[in-house]
Amino acid sequence: MTTLTDPPKESFRLSMLIYDTRYRSMTIQVVAMFGFMLLAAWLINNTITNLNALGKPVEFGFLGEPASYDINQRLLDYTSRDTHLRASLLGLLNTLVVAALGCITATILGVLIGVLRLSNNWIVARIMTVYIEMFRNVPVLLWIVLVMAFLIEGLPAPREFRGDDATASMILNETVAITNRGVYVPEFLFSRPLGDISLLGTSSLRFDVSLELIVLVLVFAAGLYVSGRIGRYADRTQEQTGERPVVWYWRLAVVVIPFAIVSWMLGLHLGYPALKGFNFQGGTHLRNSLIALWLALSLYTAAFIAEIVRAGILAISKGQTEAAGALGLRPNRIMSLVVLPQALRVIIPPLISNYLNLTKNSSLAIAVGYMDITGTLGGITMNQTGRELESILLLMAVYLTISLSISVVMNWYNNKVKLVER
Amino acid sequence: MAEKSFVRMEMLPEQAPPASSVGVIGWVRANLFSSWFNSILTVISIYFIWRVLAGILPWVFLSVWDADSLAGCREVIAANWPGAESAEHACWAVINERWLQLLYGFYPPELYWRPNLAIILLFVALAPVLFADRVPRKLLYVTMVYPFLMPWLLWGGTIWGPLMAAAGFVIGFYVIKILSDEIGALSAMIVGVLATVTWWLGAGPAVADALSGTLPIGIEAVESRKFGGFMLSVLIGVVAIGVSLPIGIVLALGRQSDLLIVKGICVGFIEFIRGVPLITLLFVASTLLNIFLPPGTNFDIILRVMIMVTLFAAAYMAEVIRGGLAALPKGQYEGADSLGLDYWQSQRLIIMPQALKISIPGIVSTFIGIFKDTTLVSIIGLLDPLGLANAIRADAAWNGVYWELFAFIALLFFVFCFSMSRYSMYLERKLQTDHR
Amino acid sequence: MKKSIFFGTLALSGIAAGAAAAGTLDDVKARGKLNCGVSTGLVGFAAPDANGNWDGFDVAVCRAVAVATLGDANAVEFVPTTGKTRFTALASGEVDMLARNTTWTFSRDVDLKFEFVGVNYYDGQGFMVPKDLGVSSAKDLDGATVCIQTGTTTELNLADFFRSNNISYEPVPIETNAEAQQQYLAGACDVYTTDASGLAATRATFENPGDHVLLPEIISKEPLGPLVRHGDSEWGDIVRWTLNAMITAEELGVTSANAGEMAGGTNNPEINRLLGSEGTLGEMLGLSADWAKNVIMSQGNYGEVFERNIGENTPIGLARGLNAQWTNGGLIYSPPFR
Repeated sequence: MTTLTDPPKESFRLSMLIYDTRYRSMTIQVVAMFGFMLLAAWLINNTITNLNALGKPVEFGFLGEPASYDINQRLLDYTSRDTHLRASLLGLLNTLVVAALGCITATILGVLIGVLRLSNNWIVARIMTVYIEMFRNVPVLLWIVLVMAFLIEGLPAPREFRGDDATASMILNETVAITNRGVYVPEFLFSRPLGDISLLGTSSLRFDVSLELIVLVLVFAAGLYVSGRIGRYADRTQEQTGERPVVWYWRLAVVVIPFAIVSWMLGLHLGYPALKGFNFQGGTHLRNSLIALWLALSLYTAAFIAEIVRAGILAISKGQTEAAGALGLRPNRIMSLVVLPQALRVIIPPLISNYLNLTKNSSLAIAVGYMDITGTLGGITMNQTGRELESILLLMAVYLTISLSISVVMNWYNNKVKLVER
Repeated sequence: MAEKSFVRMEMLPEQAPPASSVGVIGWVRANLFSSWFNSILTVISIYFIWRVLAGILPWVFLSVWDADSLAGCREVIAANWPGAESAEHACWAVINERWLQLLYGFYPPELYWRPNLAIILLFVALAPVLFADRVPRKLLYVTMVYPFLMPWLLWGGTIWGPLMAAAGFVIGFYVIKILSDEIGALSAMIVGVLATVTWWLGAGPAVADALSGTLPIGIEAVESRKFGGFMLSVLIGVVAIGVSLPIGIVLALGRQSDLLIVKGICVGFIEFIRGVPLITLLFVASTLLNIFLPPGTNFDIILRVMIMVTLFAAAYMAEVIRGGLAALPKGQYEGADSLGLDYWQSQRLIIMPQALKISIPGIVSTFIGIFKDTTLVSIIGLLDPLGLANAIRADAAWNGVYWELFAFIALLFFVFCFSMSRYSMYLERKLQTDHR
Repeated sequence: MKKSIFFGTLALSGIAAGAAAAGTLDDVKARGKLNCGVSTGLVGFAAPDANGNWDGFDVAVCRAVAVATLGDANAVEFVPTTGKTRFTALASGEVDMLARNTTWTFSRDVDLKFEFVGVNYYDGQGFMVPKDLGVSSAKDLDGATVCIQTGTTTELNLADFFRSNNISYEPVPIETNAEAQQQYLAGACDVYTTDASGLAATRATFENPGDHVLLPEIISKEPLGPLVRHGDSEWGDIVRWTLNAMITAEELGVTSANAGEMAGGTNNPEINRLLGSEGTLGEMLGLSADWAKNVIMSQGNYGEVFERNIGENTPIGLARGLNAQWTNGGLIYSPPFR
């Protein structure tokens, strides 16, 4: 016997897929999935049809062929007979170099400008405001081109260093040459080298690691480790006896002395640039294109970082500053000990996205002829081989990987410093 | 006993503050020379400003405005300032000759009123959105018509095309309105969208063709290849922001939603676009987009660039709107639910109006960013201001000019972006007082 | 709020304009415009003036084809392309032909599936150096900094040249000619290398052209010519024979001034065939009988185009050299109109 209050046993009807909220979300998802796959299939099908019509099936074999072009700014050895893959790898390294350099200088400049903008010196604060507005409101591509033009026009050409009536001269005791082809700085050389280890043989990804560099890094790391142990020993003594032994000279010595001895044994010395033939020879040559890109990206991004820093500092309530002042801290100590550490929490998330922007903007290297990955893989390689689809897909994959890696690392750091809320 | 009081019974007369803390001197002391460090900073700054101005001002103002080539400029400079290097004086004659081209590209000069009108109408259309409290609500009609009017003004041609495109929306709207009572909101919406798309792909163009055959109302057509200069930058920026707004809203809602697959697709799209540089997307526009579409499809490079920039803007827009959604108090969502509104009703009536209002400053700064990024199209060969600068420098008469062109372009961008960023700051302040 | 009008207009105009599968000539005639890919700006070869009118040596080829097919020298849309975008623009059908200083090479012809219809300028890669550098041969350039334009065959030739001569160099890759000129003049590079015509054109615009010399070595062959897509030979024929008509006209002494008069009939049967008063050559191409007469009257013969844009009386001042008629010891040679 059934009672009237029993709900009727519902059988499944097709209309329930739309009207019943239990099933509706499922329906929507399936429809969305289906639509998405349909779209993807349509695109892929079009692509295959079109590529077949052009007679260019998707294949990555071109990466193994000789690149036939030269790259000036390079971290690894490379000749024009190397493969497109190696050219792309060098481009990737160049991208990473300029991005890393840019992030560092942009941060330093940005913090400095952000703090100075809040300075109680009227004229300095105004100059910083003008700087920020000027750089934020003009496209970065224009800045890159302008900085490059400035470097080319404003700095002396190597030929002006030549002869008795030279109009330009090297600076810092004849060790650094600033020319409109780039900056030549002294390089480290070893007169008793240990040789190199070649990894990955002769493949396109090969690279050499210099043994003396490894040795120096190891010695330095070991020195730091021992120094840390001495520090902990000092801490323990302080905890037990209440008195801290004076160990700073020990800590310094264990790092510096072994490092100095090993350097001397390896014959570490500086190689200075000198004008020879058409150019300066010797030393490390930072090309103009690298400097222009680095400088422009740093100056541009610094304007954004300055605003972030300013907002972060202003977000700290005035009471914090006043309380620190009441404790007797001087203004610069208040800034570095009380305000900045707290402001950092507000600053970091937007800072991450600015680092990402800088990395992506480094793809504009093409405008000044800096051979980053857009210039090699997405530029000359794509152009000479005619493999647009493959090149651009690879290029996007590379940038996506870089971006996601930066996000992951920075988010991890952000989580670490984030205030634990109650 | 006489009482002696050591309490002062009357106030001393007020003394004037020391001369060193009022007036100009006081201000200077407080703001420029409050400590020795500040004094050094001030002196360095003044020296710096003097150096910069001494370098730039003579170049800007002791310059040549009338010449027909760079060589002509050099002659005038040699005549007016004997002994001066030609690089010490600007040759603004190139701007004098080419400024219209830098602004409008190759748009026919007799039709300049059309882009001008389009930009004036843009402000009229935006007014009810941006200054909701000061302008009549009736202007919203202009806002609704503008998306169809603007392309017609710029590209010209028959009026029936945009009208039929608008008709698609009207059809979709009425289908949804009529059917939603019959078969429910969701299915009505699906049918409505399908009806709109069918109209656009099938009947609409046919009707437009037929009507323009019988009733040829139209204005002179201008091909998008004629677009260039600053107008192209503004156009790409405005179209990208305008179109990316609805897409961005959908993506933001998708990213917030509980539906796993929908969320996955939206997150994937947003993160992909935000993870790659715009220049790679422009490479796609210039080399690959035609390969992705059915064989034989071919629309011109400016449309392709607009599509890719729009997708790019949509991902950033989605994040801005997501920020707006996240800033809304949870009570608003719960309040909407408790009123018995369904998802779309609550979004349309409660959530979106507030979230969009909060997002306006973010939207404006996204627009500034996109607008600045439009200069990248010069790398794929479009003649935006930077691209035109290269083309002008390839003219035999002006070969060798660059500072003047770049300074002019930078100034244009600066004026445009600076005024917008000021507006966005004003909005931010206004919205803040609303919420506190 | 703006609606997605764009997809509306796309649906209406863009996609409807598809279907490029028909013959290119029919497409061009239906459109009423020729889409011609040119460079974004190269002195003497293609550059827009203040009114947006394109002018130059390559531009004249575009206009000639427009006259041949549509009868109007202004029925051309000039599509500026960079070294990077030019081939995709042609392959995707965005342009009907490319007249953009493009070197005819094996791989472009065969692998990229294009058809070079002829050569309108015989060029070669040269070097320009400041006179006071004291260099008289490219072989003396060991260790020099060299400005090159990227996206062209020049960077490959350069790498090969220095490699085979076993000398070192420092390449400075640059996007545009204007940029390269700036760097070269400022001394940021010792040498500027590109096609010899480009070097001469660039040098002509310098403040002191006499301070710079072109080195004697020409390190590559750069036959520059217009090209079209593979697979539409009829269209290729039209572009090829338009170019040949201009060349033949110079050889036979037909100029823009006398073409109208000669079209009335002359004693030379080849002139008659060329100008359409005899035979049906135009009809065979699918054009009007007087197509070549129109081309020559509008643009002039090859020599006139050369003199007008890049010849010795222009600021660019290129000598005919290799580009003289074969009868004058050059390489310019057209198959007969028969």
